[in-house]
Amino acid sequence: MASNQADTGRLCKRSIAELVNKEHETIGIPSRTREVALKAGLALLLTLAMTFIALPLVALFLKSPPETILRSLHDPVVMDALRLSLATSTLTTLIVVLMGTPVAYVSARFHYFGKDMADSLIDLPVIMPPAVAGIALLMAFGRMGIVGQHLNALGISIAFTTLAVIIAQVFVSSPFYIRQARTSFEDVDQAYENAARTLGASRVYTFFHVILPIAMNGLISGAIMAFARSLGEFGATIMFAGNFQGRTQTMPLAIYTAMQGDLDVSLCLAIILVTISFVVIVLVKILTRRVYKNVRN
Amino acid sequence: MLEIDIRKKLRDFDLEVKLHVARGEILMLVGDNGCGKTTLLNLVAGLYNPDAGRIALFGRVLYDSALKVNIPPESRNIGYVFQSYALFPHMSVYDNVAFGLCTRRLPESDIRLMVKDHLEAAGLWEIRKAKAVDVSGGQKQRIALARALIIDPVLLLLDEPLSALDVHRQAHMRKELREMIHSACVPCIIVTHDLRDVACIGDRASLLEKGKITLTGSAQDVM
Repeated sequence: MASNQADTGRLCKRSIAELVNKEHETIGIPSRTREVALKAGLALLLTLAMTFIALPLVALFLKSPPETILRSLHDPVVMDALRLSLATSTLTTLIVVLMGTPVAYVSARFHYFGKDMADSLIDLPVIMPPAVAGIALLMAFGRMGIVGQHLNALGISIAFTTLAVIIAQVFVSSPFYIRQARTSFEDVDQAYENAARTLGASRVYTFFHVILPIAMNGLISGAIMAFARSLGEFGATIMFAGNFQGRTQTMPLAIYTAMQGDLDVSLCLAIILVTISFVVIVLVKILTRRVYKNVRN
Repeated sequence: MLEIDIRKKLRDFDLEVKLHVARGEILMLVGDNGCGKTTLLNLVAGLYNPDAGRIALFGRVLYDSALKVNIPPESRNIGYVFQSYALFPHMSVYDNVAFGLCTRRLPESDIRLMVKDHLEAAGLWEIRKAKAVDVSGGQKQRIALARALIIDPVLLLLDEPLSALDVHRQAHMRKELREMIHSACVPCIIVTHDLRDVACIGDRASLLEKGKITLTGSAQDVM
């Protein structure tokens, strides 16, 4: 029965292929010309897509002469934003890695009640509009927020401080790390863990000496993605932390503010961000390639 | 002596095994794919928990459901060679073999001497610095065995140790494997579905079918 169905399937496929060939023969298009036309069409589409992405970046560099960029680098707005962005993004990445690694490992290795729900909740900030994230954080940790009001009573204020910048960044960037780390842990063969245990290693020793080093490239790649996302964070930060130079004004916020006055400052900051983004992409690509190589081995 | 009397409910059938292996004896566990051979090894190693029963090794209880005893795998001191060998890919050959000694926090000088002895005995000293993933199949097998033997185990479990080797090398390794295991002088269970392994390596063999031992006897009897 099954073999009859398979034969019928093969006959149908052959008939369709013959019909298509016959149709092309009748309308007089040689197969070689068709192949060339297909390749040319694809090349055109690829060129259009590349141009669409590259054009704004090229325009950004063409409109920013090096001497203007160098001059703007000494502007206090640029320096404050750069310093604040690098400091908060670094701290954010550290927090995300420390908190996210155990979460990702548990998510990759264990099954528990409500796991699907927990995984969805972790991924939610990726698709949540940043402005919504900002207002949600304000409702939680703002002066009148459900947690913030109690902290406020103790004299602790979070909203519109540098701490708020970090909280906003952790909120939006943690899924980028946790998702990547979860995949990296899932890729580590359970047999390595079992082998380590039978050789006398405790769960903790196994995690630090076997699992973590094997998954390391993936974890670094995730941390870089989280760092880049923190560096580019805008919506949640401006809603929850405000826009105060030197305190909460990160690079994206400074670009937005400077657009209304000094365009050179905006361009300078934009070029710094584009350069960092490019370096991030290259690093992630190199590390991801290494991960695949390890997994293949 | 290793004494096993355990039960575990698996997806398709119930695993119910009762067997014993004497000191220095090699028991070949034979059966079709999916009959529960690897699961049985994992249960003995403590990587899975039985539903009920008892596992004891030279009088030391490793698992007893009635007494609520369940020694974790890291405290059982069992040498286990996995089917895929499970060599740590980020470590060198040397570090793989030294791993079990490092977990025991032995002095560095003792570790160096013991690893050197085992690597030289296995003909692996020259490649000690190579990454474990970059060596040949036969070398991987010897590394996995050296790693399992260096911890001075009280029991050896080998899961299809020759299946990843080509036919020519398998014939050579059977003799070598038998000698190495006998020199360790501990009970040993080897999982295989190759009757040539049963004939050349084993002292005794058991046939496992859908989780039950249906035949135990000499290698000739089972074949």
